Amino acid sequence: MRNTSLWNRRTRLTLLIVLAATYLLAVFFWGLFIDPSEYGVHYENKLLAPSGQHLFGTDAMGRDMFKRCIKGLSNSLVIGLLASLVSSVVALIMGIASAVFGGFVDRFVNLCVDLCMGLPHLVLLILISCMAGRGTVGVTVAVALTHWPSLTRIVRQEVLQLRNTQYVLASRKMGKSYLTIALTHMVPHVLPAYLIGLILLFPHAIMHEASVTFLGFGLPKEMPAIGVILAESMNHITTGKWWMALFPGLMLLLAVVLFDLIGETLKKLWNPNSGNE
Amino acid sequence: MQLEAKNISFRYDKKSPWVLKDVSLSIQEGERVGIVAPSGFGKTTLARILAGYEKPSEGQVLIDGKELPSKGFCPVQLIYQHPELSVNPRWRMEKTLNECFTPDEALLAKMGIEKEWLHRWPSELSGGELQRFCIARILTPKTKILICDEISTMLDVITQAQVWNILLDIAKERNMGMAVITHNKALAEKVCTRTVRLDK
Ligand SMILES: Nc1ncnc2c1ncn2[C@@H]1O[C@H](COP(=O)(O)OP(=O)(O)OP(=O)(O)O)[C@@H](O)[C@H]1O
Ligand SMILES: [Mg+2]
Repeated sequence: MRNTSLWNRRTRLTLLIVLAATYLLAVFFWGLFIDPSEYGVHYENKLLAPSGQHLFGTDAMGRDMFKRCIKGLSNSLVIGLLASLVSSVVALIMGIASAVFGGFVDRFVNLCVDLCMGLPHLVLLILISCMAGRGTVGVTVAVALTHWPSLTRIVRQEVLQLRNTQYVLASRKMGKSYLTIALTHMVPHVLPAYLIGLILLFPHAIMHEASVTFLGFGLPKEMPAIGVILAESMNHITTGKWWMALFPGLMLLLAVVLFDLIGETLKKLWNPNSGNE
Repeated sequence: MQLEAKNISFRYDKKSPWVLKDVSLSIQEGERVGIVAPSGFGKTTLARILAGYEKPSEGQVLIDGKELPSKGFCPVQLIYQHPELSVNPRWRMEKTLNECFTPDEALLAKMGIEKEWLHRWPSELSGGELQRFCIARILTPKTKILICDEISTMLDVITQAQVWNILLDIAKERNMGMAVITHNKALAEKVCTRTVRLDK
């Protein structure tokens, strides 16, 4: 009886993750391989309200908003992917070094983390983006370089806690090298928290990319991006073209919420205590 | 091999009081030294220092006149007071048992380790059952001195007798040195060749 309800809960959660992941992957690949002519300029169709032909309507240049959204979101996901790639490497190295060497290294890493987290994130993003020459490169570098602190903290904390456990110390006395211990004891322990941290990093990266772009410090105007679309729509919102802001905003929100949902659900699945509830 | 602790003093940090003050102790080959003291007198602390887990604040621990090795297999091995903290909760027992060497079937049988336990998680075994794994996993011929920190408090009397018989057999057979930490005087008298008291 208990067993079946437990199984049900796990399958339900797994199904949720699969659905969310499928949607995000679909958007990602569709946007990646979409033909640019599909969101090309057609002046004869400008400012159309949503219809069967143009699900999200069209903008002032007659571009299909739905396809632009897909492409924009996909672009955001690519930037998010880059951000998590860079962050994961930086966080692993800094987190483990901090916990293993302690002392000066630990203080230095903590200082970096505090500095990064202490500054308002948006200000930091705009600063780095401007320094790296704005545009696509600027925003990508900025997003990639500012998301490692939280992940570093997670890794550091987990390794720190593990390093002094009796079984790790005993393993050391059995003549195991630091590398063996890291691979056999630490990685399997840190991995779940690390992966979840990585997934939860995505919504931040996407949101930040969109905000910086919205403020005009990010992706260039001609690029399909949610931030650009939202900024443009501000010019039309007073004239009653509601669809130009609503749908892209919803798409962004949905993507962010889904990533959050995947991360939080995985947390529940991997944490044996709450998994038994 | 001979283990020697020379005038060791220890405190956990510079401001805290001394846990151990000027303790000297030596364990010869084949000798079983009982270390008896009431709770909180630093028995576990001493055990950790003897096994090289902790550096003494003053004094030294020498094995055959040399410092304990900081890497590689340590000939002084510790069996910890709390078996549930000594095994990786994410490893099945089989992996834990074989981490250091592969104990043969005869040893497992003698230790009362059942085959079926090997596939379980640590949380699915009792403290006493876990402790048998913790003992068996370091009974390699490379272990010359065994530090036992209250290893049998969580066992019932019969199992306790069983485990000690095996340990004594192996210790005698290999001429191994042992430190037996306990607050059970009867046990110390039965198992040890001599006894020292920390509280005197
Ligand atoms: N990690 C630690 N940090 C600071 N103080 C500690 C630490 N571990 C132990 N102590 C202190 O050192 C003293 C000796 O502790 P220890 O565990 O060695 O005692 P023990 O003789 O083994 O006791 P028991 O018989 O209950 O196992 C205690 O007062 C304890 O509070
Ligand atoms: Mg103790």
